[in-house]
Amino acid sequence: MTVLRCETMPVRSQQDVVAVRQSVRSFAVAQGLSLVDQTKIVTAASELARNTLDHGGGGTARLEAVSDNGRTGVRLTFEDRGPGIADIARAMTDGFTTGSGLGLGLGGAKRLSNDFDLWSRTGEGTRVTITRWK
Amino acid sequence: MADTSRVVRSDGGRIARVLEQDSSELLDAWITAQSGVLSNRGTISATELRAQSREFLSLLKAATANGPTGTGTNGPAWDDVRGFLADLSRSRAVQGFSPSETATFVFSLKQPLFSRLRRAAGSDADALSDDVWNATLMLDELGLYTTEVYQKSREEVISRQQRDMLELSTPVIKLWEGILALPMVGTLDSSRTQVAMESLLQRIVETGSDVAILDITGVPTVDTLTAQHLLKTVNAVHLMGAECIISGIRPQIAQTIVHLGVDLEDVVTKSSLADAFRMALQHTGRAVIRSAPPANARAREEA
Amino acid sequence: MDRIPILRMGQFLIVSIQVDMHDRLALTLQADLAARISQTGAHGVLLDISSLEVVDSFIGRMISNIAGTSRVLDAETVVVGIQPAVAITLVELGLSLPGVRTALNIEKGMAMLREATAGFEEADAAGRNSLSECDDDSAAL
Repeated sequence: MTVLRCETMPVRSQQDVVAVRQSVRSFAVAQGLSLVDQTKIVTAASELARNTLDHGGGGTARLEAVSDNGRTGVRLTFEDRGPGIADIARAMTDGFTTGSGLGLGLGGAKRLSNDFDLWSRTGEGTRVTITRWK
Repeated sequence: MADTSRVVRSDGGRIARVLEQDSSELLDAWITAQSGVLSNRGTISATELRAQSREFLSLLKAATANGPTGTGTNGPAWDDVRGFLADLSRSRAVQGFSPSETATFVFSLKQPLFSRLRRAAGSDADALSDDVWNATLMLDELGLYTTEVYQKSREEVISRQQRDMLELSTPVIKLWEGILALPMVGTLDSSRTQVAMESLLQRIVETGSDVAILDITGVPTVDTLTAQHLLKTVNAVHLMGAECIISGIRPQIAQTIVHLGVDLEDVVTKSSLADAFRMALQHTGRAVIRSAPPANARAREEA
Repeated sequence: MDRIPILRMGQFLIVSIQVDMHDRLALTLQADLAARISQTGAHGVLLDISSLEVVDSFIGRMISNIAGTSRVLDAETVVVGIQPAVAITLVELGLSLPGVRTALNIEKGMAMLREATAGFEEADAAGRNSLSECDDDSAAL
C-alpha cells in the first residue's frame, strides 16, 4: 500500500471535529469516491473524532490518501492517550455507551468502512484505523 | 586523452547529437521499421504515423539535450516526452491496437538509432557500448511506459462500460405522477443492489415521488445479503419520507426470507407489480375505474 | 455562527440547518426550539436538513430528541429533505429515526403538518372567535 498524501490534524475541540469532517470530505473527493462513499467515510470520521474528543480527552486524526493494487481509497487513523477501552467487545456493541451518544460510534464506523482496526490498552490510549476504498 | 573521451561518454551527449544531425534520415529509417510491423493494419495513415514519429523525435532530442540520459526518464526534462507517449498510448488503446503494437512505436526506434550511434562512435568500442546501453535503458523505460498507460486506459474503458451496464440494468421507471418502479432482473449482487438503491433514491428526490415499487419478479434467488440490501433500500426510502412496496416475491424467495429470519415485518409486500401499482394509486389518493365494459363483452352483447 | 435561526410561520416553526454543526450548536438548537415551542404555542415544527451532507449519530439523536420534546410540548415534527447519500448512510449506521416523521421536501412536509394539526386549527379558530368561552370549549373537546 502506498500513501499518496498525508495530513495530521488535532482533535481537541468540537470545532476540530467539524474541521476533520471537512478535510476528510476533500480527501474523499480527491480520491474519486462516490457521493455515497464520501458520506459514509465522513460520517465514520465524525463518530471516531467525537470518540477521540469525548472519551480519549483529545488526540490526533491522520488522513491519508492511499492506493493499493490499483485501487484507491482514504485511510483515517484516530489516536488518543486517554484511558483506553476496558472491554473492546462490549464497546463495539450497538447501544453500548459511556458517553452522551447513541452508542453507535464504533460499531457504526466499522459498518461504514471497508477495513477497520482497533487497538486499545487501559491507561495507555486508543487507536482506530479505518479505510474506505473506491 | 582517455580522460576527455570518458567525459564525453558519460554525459550521453552523443545520443542527442545523433538525433540532431541525422534526424531526417533517422526518421525515414524508423518509419520503415514501424511500417513493417503495422503493415497489416489500416487504422493509422502514413501521414499520421510520420507526424507522430517526427514529433516524438524532436521531443526526444530536446529531452536528451537537456540532461544526461543515464539518470533515467523520470525527470522534469522528460515530461513532454512522457505526455506525448501517454496521449499516443491512450489513442492507440481506443483505436484497438494491441499493447505490443503500441510499445513497438518506441522499441522499433532501437535498430535505426543504434546503427547511427555506431557510425558516430567510429572505432571507439567503449563509447559505442556505453551509448547503446544508455539508449537501450532510455527506450526500454519509455516503451514500458506506453504499455503501462495502454493498460490503464483499457482498464478505464472496462470500468466505464461496467458502470454503464450497471446503470442500464437498473432503470427507474415512472409509472404515474408520484409513483416510481424499479424492476430488477437477474441475480442481485451487492454492488448491483447498491447502484439500484442509489439511483432509486436519487430519482425519488428529483421527481418528488411518494411511492416507490421495488419489483423483484425477475430475480431468481435471494440470499441473506441481498435480502438485507433490499431491507436497507426500503428503510432508506422511508427515511427520506416516501413509501416503498416490494412486489413480485416468488414463493421460493418468500420461504428463503422466512427461513433466513430476515425481518420484513414493516415492509409492504405485494405478489404482483399490478397489485403494488393499485396500492400505490390508493396511497396517492387515486383509483382505476372501468369507463366501459371490455371490448369482447360488448361484442358478445351486440351479437 | 453560534445559533441556528428559528422562523415562525403561523402556528408552525421552521428551522433550516444550512451549516455543518458542531455538537454544542446542535444542543443549543434543541434547547432554543423547545423554548420557542412553549413560548409560541406552536403546533408543528418543520426541520429542513436538505443542506446537511452528513448526519452522524449525534445529529441523529438531536433529531430524535427534537421530535420527542416537541411531542411532549404538543407539537408535531416533520423532518424534510434527507439526501439519498445521507439516508443510505443512516441505514448503514443503524439509525432509523423511530418516531420521526419525514417528508421529501418542504412542500410535502408542510402539507403533512397541516394534516396532522387540522384539529388544532379548528380549536384555535374557535378559541379566537369566543374568547370568553375558550376554556369551556377546550374542555368540551
